[in-house]
Amino acid sequence: MLYQAIVFLPLIGALVAGLFGRMIGAKMCEYITCGLMVITAILSWIVFIDVGFAHTTAKVQILPWIQSGSLDINWALRIDTLTAVMLVVVNTVSTLVHVYSIGYMHHDPHRPRFFAYLSLFTFAMLMLITSDNLLQMFFGWEGVGLASYLLIGFWFKKPSANAASMKAFIVNRVGDFGFALGIFAIYMVFDTISLDQIFAGAQAQVGKTFTFLSWEVDILTTICLLLFMGAMGKSAQFLLHTWLPDAMEGPTPVSALIHAATMVTAGVFMVARLSPLFEITPDALTVVTAVGAITAFFAATVGLVQNDIKRVIAYSTCSQLGYMFVALGVGAYGAAIFHLFTHAFFKALLFLGAGSVIHAMSDEQDMRHMGGLYKMIPLTYAMMLIGTLALTGFPGFAGFFSKDAIIESAFAASNPVSMQAFYMLVFAAFLTSFYSWRLIFMTFHGRSRATPDVLSHVHESPNIMLIPLYILAIGAVVAGFIFGGYFFGHHYAEFWGKALFTSDGNNLVHEFHNVPLWVKLSPFIAMLLGLGLAWLYYIYNTSLPKITAKIFEPIYKFLLNKWYFDELYNVIFVKPALWLANILWKIGDMILIDGFVNGIASRSLDVTGKVKSMQSGYVYHYAFVMMIGLTALITYFVVTGGTGQ
Amino acid sequence: MTDWPILSAVTFLPLIGAAFIFLIRGETEGAQQNARYVALWTTVITFLISLLIWVDFNNATADFQFVERHDWLGGAFNYYMGVDGISMLFVILTTFLMPICIIASWDSIQNRVREYMIAFLILETLVIGVFCALDLVLFYVFFEGGLIPMFLIIGVWGGKRRVYASFKFFLYTLAGSVLMLIAIMAMYWQAGTTEIPKLLAHDFPAEMQTWLWIAFFASFAVKMPMWPVHTWLPDAHVEAPTAGSVILAGILLKLGGYGFLRFSIPMFPIASADFAPIVFWMSAIAIVYTSLVALAQEDIKKLIAYSSVAHMGFVTMGIFTGTAQGIEGGIFQMLSHGLVSAALFLCVGVVYDRMHTREIAAYGGLVNNMPIFAFTFMVFTMANVGLPGTSGFVGEFLTLIGTFKVNSWVAFVATSGVILSAGYALWLYRRVVFGELEKPNLKTIKDMNRREMSYLIPLIILTILFGVYPKPILDVMSVSVDKLITDYNQAVLVFDQAKIALKP
Repeated sequence: MLYQAIVFLPLIGALVAGLFGRMIGAKMCEYITCGLMVITAILSWIVFIDVGFAHTTAKVQILPWIQSGSLDINWALRIDTLTAVMLVVVNTVSTLVHVYSIGYMHHDPHRPRFFAYLSLFTFAMLMLITSDNLLQMFFGWEGVGLASYLLIGFWFKKPSANAASMKAFIVNRVGDFGFALGIFAIYMVFDTISLDQIFAGAQAQVGKTFTFLSWEVDILTTICLLLFMGAMGKSAQFLLHTWLPDAMEGPTPVSALIHAATMVTAGVFMVARLSPLFEITPDALTVVTAVGAITAFFAATVGLVQNDIKRVIAYSTCSQLGYMFVALGVGAYGAAIFHLFTHAFFKALLFLGAGSVIHAMSDEQDMRHMGGLYKMIPLTYAMMLIGTLALTGFPGFAGFFSKDAIIESAFAASNPVSMQAFYMLVFAAFLTSFYSWRLIFMTFHGRSRATPDVLSHVHESPNIMLIPLYILAIGAVVAGFIFGGYFFGHHYAEFWGKALFTSDGNNLVHEFHNVPLWVKLSPFIAMLLGLGLAWLYYIYNTSLPKITAKIFEPIYKFLLNKWYFDELYNVIFVKPALWLANILWKIGDMILIDGFVNGIASRSLDVTGKVKSMQSGYVYHYAFVMMIGLTALITYFVVTGGTGQ
Repeated sequence: MTDWPILSAVTFLPLIGAAFIFLIRGETEGAQQNARYVALWTTVITFLISLLIWVDFNNATADFQFVERHDWLGGAFNYYMGVDGISMLFVILTTFLMPICIIASWDSIQNRVREYMIAFLILETLVIGVFCALDLVLFYVFFEGGLIPMFLIIGVWGGKRRVYASFKFFLYTLAGSVLMLIAIMAMYWQAGTTEIPKLLAHDFPAEMQTWLWIAFFASFAVKMPMWPVHTWLPDAHVEAPTAGSVILAGILLKLGGYGFLRFSIPMFPIASADFAPIVFWMSAIAIVYTSLVALAQEDIKKLIAYSSVAHMGFVTMGIFTGTAQGIEGGIFQMLSHGLVSAALFLCVGVVYDRMHTREIAAYGGLVNNMPIFAFTFMVFTMANVGLPGTSGFVGEFLTLIGTFKVNSWVAFVATSGVILSAGYALWLYRRVVFGELEKPNLKTIKDMNRREMSYLIPLIILTILFGVYPKPILDVMSVSVDKLITDYNQAVLVFDQAKIALKP
């Protein structure tokens, strides 16, 4: 019952707030959804301790779902260490975001709907992480996509929010297209889509090939890459990343919960969950590493020049997800989940902190209109500072442990692109540090650039918003050194049990400790360089950014326009699709098909010479034709007398 | 099992109701109201009785159940009725949607109410008859006869271009009907019987199968409708009154799919296997082509009509895979589409009754005044794009997973439809529901009333219920589908072996 309660309590909250919100009022909706989430979070920690340290795993059958031929899919909950870690992450952050939203959304008239969506999201995410088969995962996967769509477009009067919500859903569907094909291929090969049976049969498929789209291809590589396409969409990896920055149109608590801490990490979770498949498919892992490294680097470069405080953090999220994929790609699954875990705390902290800033600044998000805020909102400043130290990997903070573990693993690993990935990650660490401190300096330091009207209203957020920040800040400080040994250290094997699969040849969990000293120091030095440069640009001499932008104008424009991906996709996908749609409709349907039909019609009618009467009395003609047919049929039967021949 | 002729009762009860309405005299308001109530009660009672069929249905056998048989026309052929796991649920779907149609027409139809209700009740009899008929001639009568009330509904109570629309529908259907009639004669000539169970057991010679298959295909493909004979559907939908669209999309489109399952596959298995690749590609093209065309539409009903063609593409694709998932998915998709597309057209009807336009550009920002409508329309939009947890997903998923095993290219192309469907459906939703409520004539628009909720809420519940727990539906069909597949594979196998044996 414990497990069912964790998964379904948020659903109950969502239904109550969504269906009866008008009746019971906004206050009541807040109490109910938040209350249920607090219970869920407490239960999750109980499960985490039980599973992680007492090694209780479980499978709970709930209901049969789809049964057809040999396909037998059930609604079921799979509880192991990986699930437990995700439960803690999702429910903790979700609870804090629920509570924070009471303050943040205080003035919004649609609060019941907002809390219903938040709880619905939590439910879908829980279904995703507890799934025991690929289809339930897909259910959660698209379910969180729906919630994300609804929440990005929460302020439905804003055209930009509507556009962003559609973009998020459709780009995610592109990824889901690959995920779906992956599921189909798995069913064809394994005759099942439940995880344990797939894992049991995976070894037998190594090196075998099948025909996919007329090509003779390696089975496991193809399957893993198709599934990874889904992960790329959900986790906003390079090429399918364009929706994430736009998703910042949603309310800030949503950005913290969905577009930073939980939903976007679903891709990382999926690859980790399928580690028994990926681990024996080196080619797929190489691709994962490459995509992760490129994303980490690419997103960090774009983050350098953004002016919207939320977009900077969004690109940072994209970049950090790239780190996690590199970890997965080199085989350091524990490090990936470790970073997922710590990242959830400090990135949610940064987003909610940014929300507190925006709240204080009367909904201003452009950092060019901020500055000097640290005296006015000191508590928010302190929280943001902790988040930044954790993100940039300052020694002792959470990000330091998890990020360095990834960078060192990339160095120690031996896949074809791991060394390139290592260098890109170190460079990305430098960029991360620069844009993170740029954010802090532009927002909180220097002269204020806000209008006097806005400045007069600046105020520290209420406690209902600050307390969640404090809790997340504690996580951002301590999550690294408390859990490092379990996630990716001495207790690795014991902690994870069978939840993560590492092959016998994969000793990264020990090897990453033994890298040369310069490797260990490199992220730290990169971080210091970034901090120094940010200080130089935004504190010491604030005219430097403008001068640099002028000198490197093409590069600056390139980065400011996010490598022109939106424009490119518009030209190669959106416009041609609409063009083709019109061609098919106006030429294909109207001229070719209808023209053909009408041509035959007018010809046959010309022959009969009764166009007019035919058109007006066609129903009777039809009935007449049918009756004649029937008469012919009956006569025929009666004459032949049922003998047939 | 019951002793009384339950299938005949369900089939002909609406006709009795129609006779009662016929007896109501006068064009007064009171007479019209009486006609509405008689129609409503008739359809509700028919639905309740039809539920007994489901209750008493034996899932464990593939045989026809509730069989009734009487000599007809001097023993030349029979009045022969029965249902199996493939046809039974279509009967229920029909009886379920009919009361909804009557309620949906309550206020929106104001002229010739009596005739309208009579047309719907006759239509119900004929459609149920199609799914129950176990004799070819009987089937033909119901199948072709069913179109006549539909023509009338579009032609009399339709929109401005109703004559053009039903004429086009008529032209398309005519060619197929004639060919099917000839094929029926040929089958009788060959097998010496018109009884469907006997025909199912009969082995038609391979060359003859090809011709018969083509003749039936001509008729069923138009009804589906399959690309490229689909262009009558958007026109018919646009001109039809709301309830007409509900029946057209919800039930009449299923006649083609049912025909494939009842005739083409089991009676002409060798031809079906030969033609399957063509059907696959026609289906895959239909999915991508009509989804793209839907993207360009400016009329709400046309957009939904095109999306119906795309969804029917999944059905034909699945059916011809000859796999359990493909066929069960195809049937499930038809049933689910019967609920979802019906609901979408009802949603359009809700706003059409208020604004009298179907143009997308005339709307925008409806959520401000119509939150309940916005929620309802969202549920069905999501079911239409096949979101897991709605009934729309189960059918799409099963047909695709079945197809992938047979032809990965077709599955690949068809799966890309999930991206396009998200595109057109969400874009429609955004243009109609989201945004500021700016248009002056929309300012006073009212949310759904109780009458409208009374039929849309059950549809919401069923759409989600069968998305989460499709077992009751899948259980009904599984044994019948198993037998269909076994026989189909057996026939193809025997034929292939014979071919090999002939080769020296």
